[in-house]
Amino acid sequence: MKRYIARRLMQGVILLFMVATIVFFLGRLTGNPVDLMLPEDATAEDRTALIQTLGLDGSVLDQYAIFVGKAMHGDLGMSIRMKQPASEAFFDRLPNTLVLIPWAILLGMMLGIPLGVVAAVNRGGMLDRAAGTVAVLGVAMPSFWLGVLLIFVFSVELGWLPSGRMGGPSHYVLPVITLGTFLVAGFMRITRSAMLEVMESEFVKLARIKGLSEAVVIWKHCLRNALIPVLTLWGVFVGNLITGAIVTETVFAWPGIGRLTYEAVIYRDFPLLQAVIILKSILILSINLGVDILYAYVDPRIRLT
Amino acid sequence: MAIAERPPSTDAAASRLSLWRLVWPARVPGRFRRTARVPWIPIAIIVVIVVMAIFAPLLAPYSPIDQTLRDKLLPPAWMAGGSDKYFLGTDAFGRDILSRLIYGARVSLMVALLALTAGGGVGLAVGIVAGYVGGAVDSILMRLVDAAFTFPAILFALLLAVTMGQGFGTLVIAISLLLWASFARVIRGEVLSLRQRDFVALARVRGCSASRIMLTHILPNVLNTFMVLVTLNIGVVIIAEATLSFLGAGIPPPTPTWGLMISEGRGRIAEAWWVALIPGIAITLMVLSVNLFGDWMRDRLDPRLRQL
Amino acid sequence: MKPDMRGETVLEVRDLHTHFFLRRGVVKAVDGVSFSLRRGEVLGLVGESGCGKSLTALSLMRLLPKGGAQTIKGEVLLNGENILERTPAEMREIRGRRISMVLQDPQTSLNPVFSIGDQLREAIVRRKRASHVDVMKEAVEALRRVEIAAPEQRIGQYPHQLSGGMKQRVVGAIAISGEPGVLIADEPTTALDVTIQLQYLKLLKRLQAETGMAILFITHDFGVVGRMCDRVAVMYAGRIVECGPVRQIFEAPQHPSTRALIASVPKMTGPVGRLTTIEGQPPSLMNLPVGCRFASRCPLVEQRCLDAYPAEVRVGDAHTADCWKVTPA
Repeated sequence: MKRYIARRLMQGVILLFMVATIVFFLGRLTGNPVDLMLPEDATAEDRTALIQTLGLDGSVLDQYAIFVGKAMHGDLGMSIRMKQPASEAFFDRLPNTLVLIPWAILLGMMLGIPLGVVAAVNRGGMLDRAAGTVAVLGVAMPSFWLGVLLIFVFSVELGWLPSGRMGGPSHYVLPVITLGTFLVAGFMRITRSAMLEVMESEFVKLARIKGLSEAVVIWKHCLRNALIPVLTLWGVFVGNLITGAIVTETVFAWPGIGRLTYEAVIYRDFPLLQAVIILKSILILSINLGVDILYAYVDPRIRLT
Repeated sequence: MAIAERPPSTDAAASRLSLWRLVWPARVPGRFRRTARVPWIPIAIIVVIVVMAIFAPLLAPYSPIDQTLRDKLLPPAWMAGGSDKYFLGTDAFGRDILSRLIYGARVSLMVALLALTAGGGVGLAVGIVAGYVGGAVDSILMRLVDAAFTFPAILFALLLAVTMGQGFGTLVIAISLLLWASFARVIRGEVLSLRQRDFVALARVRGCSASRIMLTHILPNVLNTFMVLVTLNIGVVIIAEATLSFLGAGIPPPTPTWGLMISEGRGRIAEAWWVALIPGIAITLMVLSVNLFGDWMRDRLDPRLRQL
Repeated sequence: MKPDMRGETVLEVRDLHTHFFLRRGVVKAVDGVSFSLRRGEVLGLVGESGCGKSLTALSLMRLLPKGGAQTIKGEVLLNGENILERTPAEMREIRGRRISMVLQDPQTSLNPVFSIGDQLREAIVRRKRASHVDVMKEAVEALRRVEIAAPEQRIGQYPHQLSGGMKQRVVGAIAISGEPGVLIADEPTTALDVTIQLQYLKLLKRLQAETGMAILFITHDFGVVGRMCDRVAVMYAGRIVECGPVRQIFEAPQHPSTRALIASVPKMTGPVGRLTTIEGQPPSLMNLPVGCRFASRCPLVEQRCLDAYPAEVRVGDAHTADCWKVTPA
């Protein structure tokens, strides 16, 4: 188990390195990155100063070494617009996103997994078809549009819920639904197909032969096995959550890292965007590692080897 | 006898035909899967949108770009204050929403076509090479695929938009990056099983070169799967295009795209909901239709892909 | 075996019909099966694959596969009570405690994500409410009974850590932990190595001697039948065509299909000859002939065999066969 974690950790570091490399070379792709890193009204002195700190007068490889060296010390450059270190801006905003995401995941799992189980058990029935509709719609609706739609219905027309910015519990409702709908659909789809497969197995038959109640057979014996493929898709979901957070926080003016990403894009703040991407990669990799450990816990075949 | 001669219920349920079934082909319980019905409604919607895209200049009542500020924020024709001139109303610059929608379909479909060709093509090539050559090549390529799965391609797309500048080319490259890995993974799996088949061994015995086998023996046999993947991914591309446009990393204004229309309209949602909500309905309908059509295609051509 | 343990009939199946209702038609997989099982007895249910043996077993457990299978006619009398009339909740009380089953494939019969102790405990807890410690003790005892070495260690292990033979023992332990009066064993040794097979059969025999349960032993292997069973019922295309004491069936098989089955068992003694197989295919269960179902493959076929299904003929003490060509005793 320890070796397993160590190996996954190593893979994560390599991946991170790849991301940083890609980001670095993309920045050099279109000529001198100084132009990307300076505000439009920058003076010639600013320009030479930056060229020197980044070692841009040296070869590309030298620049790369400086970039990596600085990144290792947590220095990912200065945000043009915010006039503060980009990583600082990121960590200022991170908590606001971290209070949003768990609720979306919770919504996705609490709704998606049971719905998937119910759909599988009633395969072909009314409930299955209703669940199918939710799944198909949840995938087909762009989440930013769903957010706008929710604002229109619940804030503008009904006036029940606030349309944006952080605040009390009522401020969470619409962003969480917007962020979580995709997860509900995703969890449901996978749970359903995994359940259908598991329900055919021999050990389910044996559980029934033992005389266990249908509830125990479905929710304990089947679901525990069906959760294994559900968990493998977590990695994909995490990626979707990060993307979803950009869109959701933009729609709801939520001051998290998603909104920060959007701002970096529309203000063309390259150093900030570069930092955001690298730091988000670290975030994604850590979550994936956590999921892998959880996965190993659920599946003894991995845990015990 | 308590349970004597109960009528079999499955046949009765299956023979009931409803409109609903046409939209969402349910899978009826049974050992033997029945052939899914042709999803006529999704096909009709797809045809309408494709025709709209191709003949946009002929169909659109107005220019999608020219502003008529006098007519700004008019509601759709059926609402109070709506004008017969603008069936779906106008936006903040007085541009006809219907016309922008029609031209927007053009952009969406062009991006989808090019990105699927580029991204799907790369994925196809990587999948075939990784699956057929195997060994170190395979493990390196698959590591890359794994990496691509871990990171949201949208982030790289945003980065590209900032470094290369917004534009059609950037958008297509960005979305191709989103696609290739999933194509490569599925195609590789397919090739791995093809490689075991007799006709490949035979070709090898005859002395065919590896590249020739891949082109003439492997490629034709994965085209079915490739087509299913393409269909299943149209929706992904449309959503990605809309999302990037919405985030200001797509095709720059004033070119009408569905995502951009939503982005422009969302600030005025309280006074003019139609500006933001109507394009979203178009996206949802389009994606829903291609996904249902894709599901059906998959069931017809390659049911083994059901797990996707 | 103690003679007084034999005796009263614990399971009687009368005219059981289980069909698959599919869009293409009705598959008559079990089509009029009758037999009975006495306390302490082992009845072998033998036949080619696909003749309806397993579906008969699942019909008795009332655990038919999803997808259109239904028991439409017949009675399953367990200690005189027709369990086909029981509600699903009542049926759950019956399963595991009065009638239980061992499945064919030990590799997939155990839930991979629970320890074998957990899986045993579930079965034990149903029978009696007891403290965790007592239940664990009993679980260890149950493993010891099926001859698993070091049961205290095994109890915390997961299925993937056990060999196939051991898994099948655990399945056996789970199946009999409710002390059922009837155990159905559906080809329990088919997936095991030959040496392990013998051990498992001996184990089953021993357990049966200890508990006096009746076993319905399903197999396609006549070699195993001779080792295990007291009586044999031969099944062909959804029906039992011959039934009798194992010696009589071996020494004087009456139904041509039984003869063909016995002939296809490779002999250990004598010169190595050709393996005999039964020529032809069994009839489609969707489109059964009116006459004898073996007629198309029978060397003795006559016109009347094709015209009508033969009545059951009593050919000896407790020995019957469904064939026009046999003479009643």
